[in-house]
Amino acid sequence: MPELSYREAVRDALATAMREDDGVFIMGEDIAEMGGSMGVTHGMLEEFGPERVRNTPISEMALAGAAIGAAMQGMRPVAEIMYEDFMTLAAEQVVNQAAKIRYMSGGQLTIPVVFRTQGGAGWSPGAQHAQQLEAWFVHIPGLKVVFASTPEDVRGLLWSSIYDDNPVVFFEHRTLYGVKGHVPEKIEPIPIGKARVHREGEDVTVIATGRLVHESLTAAEEAEKEGVSVEVVDPRTLQPLDEETLVASVKKTNRAVVAHEAVTRMGFGAEVAAVLQYQAFDWLDAPVERVGAKFAPLPFAPVMEQFVVPHADDVLAAIRRTVGRGN
Amino acid sequence: MAKVESKKTLPESDLRDVLREMLLIRRFEEKVEERFRAGELPGFLHVAIGQEACAVGVCRALEDGDIIASTHRAHGHTLAKGTHPNEVMAELYGKTEGCSHGYGGSMHLYDVEHGNMGANAVIGGGLPHVTGAALAFQMRGEPRVALAFFGDGATNIGTFHESLNLAQLWKVPAVFVLEDNKWAESTPESQHSPIRDLSERAKAFGMKALKCDGQDVEAVYKTTRQALEHARSGKGPVFVHLDCVRMHGHYIGDPQVYRDKEEARKLAETRDPITLLRQKLAVSDEELNELDTEVTEIVEAAVEFAKNGTDPAPEDALKNVYA
Repeated sequence: MPELSYREAVRDALATAMREDDGVFIMGEDIAEMGGSMGVTHGMLEEFGPERVRNTPISEMALAGAAIGAAMQGMRPVAEIMYEDFMTLAAEQVVNQAAKIRYMSGGQLTIPVVFRTQGGAGWSPGAQHAQQLEAWFVHIPGLKVVFASTPEDVRGLLWSSIYDDNPVVFFEHRTLYGVKGHVPEKIEPIPIGKARVHREGEDVTVIATGRLVHESLTAAEEAEKEGVSVEVVDPRTLQPLDEETLVASVKKTNRAVVAHEAVTRMGFGAEVAAVLQYQAFDWLDAPVERVGAKFAPLPFAPVMEQFVVPHADDVLAAIRRTVGRGN
Repeated sequence: MAKVESKKTLPESDLRDVLREMLLIRRFEEKVEERFRAGELPGFLHVAIGQEACAVGVCRALEDGDIIASTHRAHGHTLAKGTHPNEVMAELYGKTEGCSHGYGGSMHLYDVEHGNMGANAVIGGGLPHVTGAALAFQMRGEPRVALAFFGDGATNIGTFHESLNLAQLWKVPAVFVLEDNKWAESTPESQHSPIRDLSERAKAFGMKALKCDGQDVEAVYKTTRQALEHARSGKGPVFVHLDCVRMHGHYIGDPQVYRDKEEARKLAETRDPITLLRQKLAVSDEELNELDTEVTEIVEAAVEFAKNGTDPAPEDALKNVYA
């Protein structure tokens, strides 16, 4: 099996789809000559030309909306919104338009568009370049929401998102672009709505997304040394959510921790906790623990940023708390 | 090209049909007001009484395959683009026979088969879709044009500026039709825009701008044909500025406390597009009555059709969320 970085895996999904299908094209700020602010689309201009690797002005409303319009006419555009923070500028088009056009038209139209975006702390960009806003979009009926954490997943899920007939908000994590992993020789589509069990365990289930999947795997290894067996599950798609896999895991381990980098309050983990308490109430031996960012904008100074967002230690502490509750 | 040349102006036989269509839209809108006041129509509605020449003149100029995006004031555009009055009325009654099957309502009229990509309840919301649809036509080499309707109020919102900028930058086959009725809801243009000639905004993007009297349906048609020809030939998008009159309030029931009653009355008297066309064609009272009877029957039949329509099952609300 070949090894790809997360960045290369995203690029491979885009390029392969564009080679096979004239209807697929990408558009966004600085994606052509510069290859994207994260280098994801590096080299694609040379292969596909400026028509299909389309640089846009700094104009999120129009770029998101034009992608929607092209999708309404049967194209499969992938719009890159440079930072998740800038999804707030595109939000009117994503939330009021893309998510609802099929519905408002009584099923006449499909909007096969992907909004690729990225965020994540750990490099001190301050408050406007690293937010994790996935919960905003999970709240909107009509959108699908994906957040992949490994090269294999990001490639297979992006492929499925491009070929899904619904608008998909596709979250990537900035600090994962360099992470390497083995991927199948040929792209294997990963169904949207299917969680992945990264590590099997008996005592606690950690349900984590994005960077926190990796932090949770580290925490699980530490816990193992303390005699606690941890299962780590990544939902991978937040909408639709694979409740079955999450609930089955918690029914097995009887304890759950949810972990994400986004702010804890009203975060995606709150919904997961609600699902678990309702569907696995009689199996739970302890309250569902939540790990996420503290309730503050992201600060600039590295020591403060480190303090606000969660790390493996925070997951480990949550594992210990839940085990410490006894049966 | 021969076809395009021959369609630069409307022959008189067509103009009589144009008069009929404008009258149909007028009677339809009046009936909507009446049925809303009678408490039969849910939600809230905006009629475009006074702006019939814009809807009919523009839509007549389009070719098969061209598409439109409309606004919250969408009944006229939708009818002019070919949706049957029964289907528009049924939508206003929230019936499954409606053009959006009861999911949309007055501000979300869709009819994809007839090239109507949707009314929009967010001001300027449909403008980037028109740029994007035109981009799709350009990329696929299709000789189609995407056309957006919007009002003067929309020229202040970000999507307007971003969409026109992008459209001109990429020279996509789009036409942006400003129906300048001088009111953004209750706010007069003098309070919402620092300039008096809003086509200056298009010129700022380097976009070709055409202007005409939006109450003169022939002028609207001719100007739109010119714009479409330019856009279709690959020369880039065109801004069409229609100077028009909203004869009624922003919404049905709007007491229009913000508006000079005498001035509004005068406008209705002197600038009604239906009266203007009728005078131009020298249509007799008898002929007009005949037309009126005919279209009134169509509108009455639409109300009957809508009232006898099927209510969606409540749980149908969970369909069409995803494809």
